[in-house]
Amino acid sequence: MILSVVRIFFAEWRKLRRPTLLLGTLGAVAFFSVLVSSLLFLLIDSPQGNGDRGVRITREMLALPSGSTQAFSSIGNLLGIIALCVFAAQTAQEYSLGTLRNLLVRQPGRIRLLVGKLASMKVFAIFMTLVGAIISIGVSFALAGGKDVNTALWFNSDGRIEIAKTALNVYISVLGFGIIGMVLGILLRSPISSISIGVLWLLIIENIVGAVKSSTLEWLPGSQLATVAAGGTETISYTHALSLSGIYVGVALIIATTLFTKRDVAN
Amino acid sequence: MPDLAISVSDLSKKYDSGLAVSHSNFQVPAGTICGFVGPNGAGKTTTIRMLLGLISPTGGTGEILGQSITSPDKYLSQVGAMIEGPAFYPALSGAENLRVLATLGGFPIERVDQLLEQVGLAERGKSKYKTYSLGMKQRLGIAAALLPDPKLLILDEPTNGLDPEGIQEIRQLLRSLADKGTTVFVSSHLLSELELISEYLVMLRKGEVVFAGPMQDLFDAQQPFMLVKTENESDLAKIISLAANAGHKAHIRDGVAHIEGPAEWAGVLNKLAFEAGILLTQLSPQLPNLEETFFEMTGDQK
Repeated sequence: MILSVVRIFFAEWRKLRRPTLLLGTLGAVAFFSVLVSSLLFLLIDSPQGNGDRGVRITREMLALPSGSTQAFSSIGNLLGIIALCVFAAQTAQEYSLGTLRNLLVRQPGRIRLLVGKLASMKVFAIFMTLVGAIISIGVSFALAGGKDVNTALWFNSDGRIEIAKTALNVYISVLGFGIIGMVLGILLRSPISSISIGVLWLLIIENIVGAVKSSTLEWLPGSQLATVAAGGTETISYTHALSLSGIYVGVALIIATTLFTKRDVAN
Repeated sequence: MPDLAISVSDLSKKYDSGLAVSHSNFQVPAGTICGFVGPNGAGKTTTIRMLLGLISPTGGTGEILGQSITSPDKYLSQVGAMIEGPAFYPALSGAENLRVLATLGGFPIERVDQLLEQVGLAERGKSKYKTYSLGMKQRLGIAAALLPDPKLLILDEPTNGLDPEGIQEIRQLLRSLADKGTTVFVSSHLLSELELISEYLVMLRKGEVVFAGPMQDLFDAQQPFMLVKTENESDLAKIISLAANAGHKAHIRDGVAHIEGPAEWAGVLNKLAFEAGILLTQLSPQLPNLEETFFEMTGDQK
């Protein structure tokens, strides 16, 4: 069982490590990390705010031990969308290319196949998170001096704990988004459909629903995962977001696993 | 009873649209090449999918290499398969595609280069799959099927897209595998090719097995026939009528009358035609071949 999962992991990794996918994904992570971190510091004196939805993040807030991860925690949502696209495409393409039948002939244990694929994607998500963390903290540090932000507390023991905590939260969030993408891939069996429906829901529908009735944001899945990345917000507690995200992802995984194991592979 | 590579009993698959495979019964002895034929939609691919555990039967049982098809994990490590044409990742090279499958199945990675050499893709192994021609894709599919050094090789239309030289190479490859003891279960529309290499045959029609057994038994059960052409195509109907009156089954296909009967009866038919004022431009006695037998048994049109 374990040996099979290890084999599946490395087989999947061969696909994930191809330069166009790996470098393309990490390039997108780097782009958003640089963009959000730069805006946070370059707009620090802007009356329109420098944070998400016009929130003002002051020099004093940025000087706290958590200051180095302000930008990083707020890109969790964007990294999550990237993970959703990658996981959805990697899963759904097995159906659209017809390669799933090859995989199942070589590895008929369908749950094992799913576990191995997920394990490989988890490692991919670690790379995404690490690259996002290094670049956003690096850019923040580089820009802090020019904007009179004190970084003395950023890398002391409290600062390092904040970095580790934020990295873990962003990773959990990225993984949650990724698993939702994987589930959509299994359900819809088409990369384009699963990516477009996932992105449409998270970027547009949740925002519209949240704008019309803000209390719904406490229950919508994308909002919960973004809150986990941010380590909690003023309106949604971290524990609430983490528990609800766990329930959403868990239920989605159960449905997808049942479908994946029971459904005929007829294409 | 010889060792059986494949044995199915009452195997059925029902979809909402109807029975795709209906109570199939056939056996394939180990170490033989078995052709698997039938018109489009006859249920060949559905049967192969069931044998490989990709879809679940709705009735009946089956065994591959002595193991039930309900437990594909017990036999698939000894089975190589290419179903519904080759399917690989376009952005990966041919070699990397094979490495993915070798890693997944726990097969030695060194086999990848050997197999690329064996199927004539050694020089293009590093090229991306999306740059391959149809014939090259087909060769890669066959290489993937050979990864486990299989005891049973299941191939669905392996010669699609291959040029005559490629078809001949595949024929030789399958023959050499069978000589080493590998059972080859191969579906193809190239009936003349199957006739050359197969010892056994399973023939499907509308989801039902219409013949399963040694190829020679099939031919032994068939009547010899003759092909007849007339100067005026309108006279073909008269020829059919003359043959029918003499107790010989006959029909017209593609402007040629196919009349059952031994070669010795050709002279009688020629005389009958002459007396009826019909000029024959072709009268050639034929022994049954797979193509003719296939059309005869499946009712399929050329």
